Amino acid sequence: MSDIKYIAGKEPHPCEHRLIFKNIDREGWDPSIDCYLNDGGYEQLKKALTMEPKSITNEVKASGLRGRGGAGFPTGVKWGFIPPNNTKPVYLICNCDESEPGTFKDRYIVHQDPHQLLEGMIISCFAVGAHTAYIYMREEFPEAAVLMEKAIEEARAKNLVGKDVLGSGFDLEIYVHRGAGAYICGEETGLIESLEGKRPYPRIKPPYFPAALGLYMAPTIVNNVESLCHVKHIIEMGGDEYSKLGVPRNTGTRILCVSGDVKNPGYYEVQVGKITMGELLNDVCGGPKDGRKFKAVIPGGSSAKIMKCDESYKLKNPDGSERELSFYDIPMDFDTIAACGSMAGSGGVIVMDDSRKISWVLNNLNHFYAHESCGQCTPCREGSMWMRKISDRIVAGKATPEDIQTLEDVAYQIDGRTVCAFGEASSWPVEAIIAKFRDELEAETSEDNDYLSDEAKQQLEYISS
Amino acid sequence: METNSIFPSFAISPEIDAEANERINHYPEDKKRSAVLPLLHIVQHNFGFISKEATEWVAEKLELEAMQVYEVVSFYPGLREHAPGKYHFRVCRTLSCAMAGSAELMDRICELTGIDRSNSDSHHNPIAVSPCGQWSVEFAECLASCGTGPVCLVNDDFHEAVAPEKAEDLLGKYKS
Repeated sequence: MSDIKYIAGKEPHPCEHRLIFKNIDREGWDPSIDCYLNDGGYEQLKKALTMEPKSITNEVKASGLRGRGGAGFPTGVKWGFIPPNNTKPVYLICNCDESEPGTFKDRYIVHQDPHQLLEGMIISCFAVGAHTAYIYMREEFPEAAVLMEKAIEEARAKNLVGKDVLGSGFDLEIYVHRGAGAYICGEETGLIESLEGKRPYPRIKPPYFPAALGLYMAPTIVNNVESLCHVKHIIEMGGDEYSKLGVPRNTGTRILCVSGDVKNPGYYEVQVGKITMGELLNDVCGGPKDGRKFKAVIPGGSSAKIMKCDESYKLKNPDGSERELSFYDIPMDFDTIAACGSMAGSGGVIVMDDSRKISWVLNNLNHFYAHESCGQCTPCREGSMWMRKISDRIVAGKATPEDIQTLEDVAYQIDGRTVCAFGEASSWPVEAIIAKFRDELEAETSEDNDYLSDEAKQQLEYISS
Repeated sequence: METNSIFPSFAISPEIDAEANERINHYPEDKKRSAVLPLLHIVQHNFGFISKEATEWVAEKLELEAMQVYEVVSFYPGLREHAPGKYHFRVCRTLSCAMAGSAELMDRICELTGIDRSNSDSHHNPIAVSPCGQWSVEFAECLASCGTGPVCLVNDDFHEAVAPEKAEDLLGKYKS
């Protein structure tokens, strides 16, 4: 790997460990199949085709790979949910609906390295016995849809897709299916409804996994782009060897996408849990902008609960004793971030410094969720709109202290009461921002605050006179 | 809103029909309904927006009721029922881009093109068109390039790090 050169100014940070992003911003790299083949591409597919499909699944299980789309569910276990005596066709869907605010990793894979995704997909299809696969591509990636279709045609010309892949007797067709700009299509059952040509209303659970009943009521595996790419590297390294990357239960590498108020925002592929929040923000991303201090961080896409940079957390050790961890010492893995009350989610780290008003951040997110609620469940459809209206009032300087309480009440009446996790996704940011920044929000609604508009001040004066 | 003359009026050529049939083939024979979005994309790409006539054509192709197609059209933010301008700007509104100045970018584009967004909202009437019909704008939710904000799409072209002061250069690329 040491002979790989990257485009000047886009070199990886020394603490990165690039597997998935090996070819991103690589000098002389292009998305064609020839370029990929010259670099040893599709060798892992050849290897996988000599293996038993079941043993591929076992390697993925042994690797400990957890889904990179947001939920962090073990990929191999998900594959294992296909009913053993199934007689229906099995489908595999690549979830390329990347739309969680703060996340921008799949974009680079599908634009710069489409064949890595295809190789991962073909291996995964062989493992789960899928003869038809769809890449659900968000509508806002029009160029990637063209590139992916071209990549599929190139692969077909080399007999990597189509009938009898490389003489193995395995048939596979892969198609690109474009979405139409709805965040809810990232929810796997919503995605499936969308692919069936309907409104993408998520399905009632159980069954909890489409592996039991999915597309066209047949077993369906839905995996994130990054997760499918990891499968190729698991075959290359072997599951056990792969699991040595990262930390136990949080294996492999993952791409952290940092945006917002840092000197060097961008994507960084690191071993899971091997760097801390402080190292990521201060060393890798260059720290806060000049004259600023970090205020708050959303660690795993906008739905993850916000964390305050001056906080510390009490965590339980395996032996039952307690330890205290400051915000900057949190390792970037799934379990510790969850133990601190948030989630590693999709790896989208959004950073806010002390120049940002928290009410403005809250209002921006509320607008997003009110816009993207699919409208199927009443608590979410109505609640997300009410939350937006209340935070609109706060930023306009027209809110009263009771509004904060109402906002919190509304949030807690959404979460846990909806068909899909969007209910949590929309209410968690509100719950966390109120819990951690109540003082700041209340200051914005008190009579003597600097933010209050003159009109609101006059109203309050009139009421109290 | 009036139909814009920039886009051809709805008429299915043999080429478009063949493209639609090819898309329909991507799904099992008894699951044609899956091709609703692909066919609607073909329509929108060729005619700028999805008219009632176009909805009926898609329904007929897929052996559906027109209502089954319309409920899809009316759901997705990426599908339009009215004509946009020749160059349609979708500016990312969500957190990271907003922090980087996307609201100011939107204001600047509107100022330069004479677009009045005062009657636009995020749900029912998201698109505002310039008086000349050349330009239109809309706020989009996260375009998945948060590290290089503010970002926007102009038709199918993606542009990143478009600071408000670069709006004029960006428009310059599209002036016909």
